[in-house]
Amino acid sequence: MRNDVFKPSTLLFLGALAVFAIVVTIMAGQGMVSTSFVKTLGKTLCLCLAAIAMDVIWGYTGILSLGHMAFFGLGGYMIGMWLMYARTETLVAPGLAAQPLPPTEGEVRDAIGSQIFGVVGSSDFPMIWMFADSLVLQLALVVLVPSLLALVFGWLAFRSRVTGVYLSILTQAMTLALALYLFQNDSGLRGNNGLSGLQNIPGFEDVPQSTLSLSFFWASAFALAAGYLLFAWVVSGRMGSVLRAIRDDEQRVRFLGYQVEHYKLFAFVLTAAVTGIAGALYYPQAGIINPAEIAPIASIYLAVWVAIGGRGRLYGAAIGAAVVSLLSSWFTGGAAPNIALGDYAIRWTDWWLVLLGVSFVCVTLFAPKGIGGLVDLLQRRLPVDRTGDFGPDKGSKRAEETAQ
Amino acid sequence: MRILEVDGISVTFDGFRAINNLSFAIEEPELRAVIGPNGAGKTTFMDIVTGKTRPDSGRVIWGEQNENLVGRSESAIAQAGIGRKFQKPTVFEAQTVTENLAMALKDNRSPLAVLFGRGHRTARIRELAAEIGLEDHLARPAGELSHGQKQWLEIGMLLAQEPRLLLVDEPAAGMTTAEREHTTDLLKRLAQKHAVVVVEHDMAFVRRLDCKVTVLHEGSVLAEGSLDHVTQNKDVIDVYLGR
Repeated sequence: MRNDVFKPSTLLFLGALAVFAIVVTIMAGQGMVSTSFVKTLGKTLCLCLAAIAMDVIWGYTGILSLGHMAFFGLGGYMIGMWLMYARTETLVAPGLAAQPLPPTEGEVRDAIGSQIFGVVGSSDFPMIWMFADSLVLQLALVVLVPSLLALVFGWLAFRSRVTGVYLSILTQAMTLALALYLFQNDSGLRGNNGLSGLQNIPGFEDVPQSTLSLSFFWASAFALAAGYLLFAWVVSGRMGSVLRAIRDDEQRVRFLGYQVEHYKLFAFVLTAAVTGIAGALYYPQAGIINPAEIAPIASIYLAVWVAIGGRGRLYGAAIGAAVVSLLSSWFTGGAAPNIALGDYAIRWTDWWLVLLGVSFVCVTLFAPKGIGGLVDLLQRRLPVDRTGDFGPDKGSKRAEETAQ
Repeated sequence: MRILEVDGISVTFDGFRAINNLSFAIEEPELRAVIGPNGAGKTTFMDIVTGKTRPDSGRVIWGEQNENLVGRSESAIAQAGIGRKFQKPTVFEAQTVTENLAMALKDNRSPLAVLFGRGHRTARIRELAAEIGLEDHLARPAGELSHGQKQWLEIGMLLAQEPRLLLVDEPAAGMTTAEREHTTDLLKRLAQKHAVVVVEHDMAFVRRLDCKVTVLHEGSVLAEGSLDHVTQNKDVIDVYLGR
């Protein structure tokens, strides 16, 4: 009965994603798209993954979380710590090796520490960098840290039966508090400098960025495909039923004997973990992460993408994130032609947010199903097969004629 | 055997005493009708038993182990075996009849069991759908059903839960005469094995149920007994029937 995981829209989405990935790879090989554009596309795929997670928590479960980019940022920070540590290690190694005595482990650590934390006037490794020298452990933290934050926050919020707009405000407060904390220099994550140089992958110094960017692009595509399948599975069958029921009438679900809080917590933690993974793939392509990335506005954008793409269908969320974030980089990148209005010229770098805001309002008012709603329109427009003969009505002239 | 005993419960909403030292017990099996004028506390009584409202004082004692249900969550009470049908049909309109019934089926309710559990138990769902006359509508969204069909679907969901005690709030509202008869038969049949409490306004319907009646007034029991007995009670005539 789990065949609705592989329903046509899932297969179509995965097929389109595969074709897209192959076309981009070929075009990159021919030099038709630049390395930086491949990175933009790879980052876009990560945003799509975050958006489908957002769709599961908002579109399916009905929890408008305006804090999911905090999990995205935490995932990025966790992988960023290893990237920075290992990269700095390779940078300081030659200097230390030149000394007459071979460096002790402590000396290596001090040298890395003063390199990384010199910028915030410190050289000691904070506690949270304990596992930074281990890729495996930091990869585990990519999943564990966002999950744990989601678990603690969700447990407190759902247990008190905070719902609706109040919960949204709480999630905004969560991401704002985290951002403000990380902005401090003594937070242990380099304050507003953030972590940088993340595009340099330790151990792959000789591999050109054009190859690395394609690898990360493919990794992002695979993560998106895997995430899509995971969520398609979760929202199908009885689990999907219960989640949508919670969205529509959670009190009724309680009377059916389901512990609504546990289901909400499950969806919240699972989507947080996947969003963390998306962030861990995004920031090595972006090259830098700082606390501004988890400002409240980032999570609001995520909700806007899902709303424009269409809530309650995974492909809608992915399309929304892709379209809006690519348009956003086109408009804000200065590529869009300015519109001259006599004395005043509309510069899209300034006006893009206005355009986005207006489109959001229009979608909410006139097309609540978003871009995904177009699929419904297409399906309805398909010509119906009316070639069959319905036969004459009883008592009609034709009925009498046929009888003769 | 006594399955539920409400023992001296009181609840006040903003100074209004909705339930005032209410006590009565329900056997298993038994069919019981609860009647009373508007504001007598019928729905509040159901809210308290199902855990939606917490009483200011008193106990709700359940089952062989004499467990106190006060303070337990709605879902724990539902899992203990108390099913509820609402006055207004509350089915999940965006989901199909099959999905609605599958969600209600008695089964492990933990998220992981639901996620990894087997798919819909098609045979059992068909059986239930036949019982409530919706076997031809299994694939339709519940929102498309008529008012009467939604009532039936909700009764079907109640049956699917396999509760020991069924709390049924105005089951016949919005039903045709034939459907009312079907409902009466179903409730009577259920009451052969289960405890069934029916809250109802419609005296003709209560008469057809032919069972013990509890009359509530201002949050406490005014009279109890057969319908004929309570309708001859002077207090009942004064506060309810006399109006």
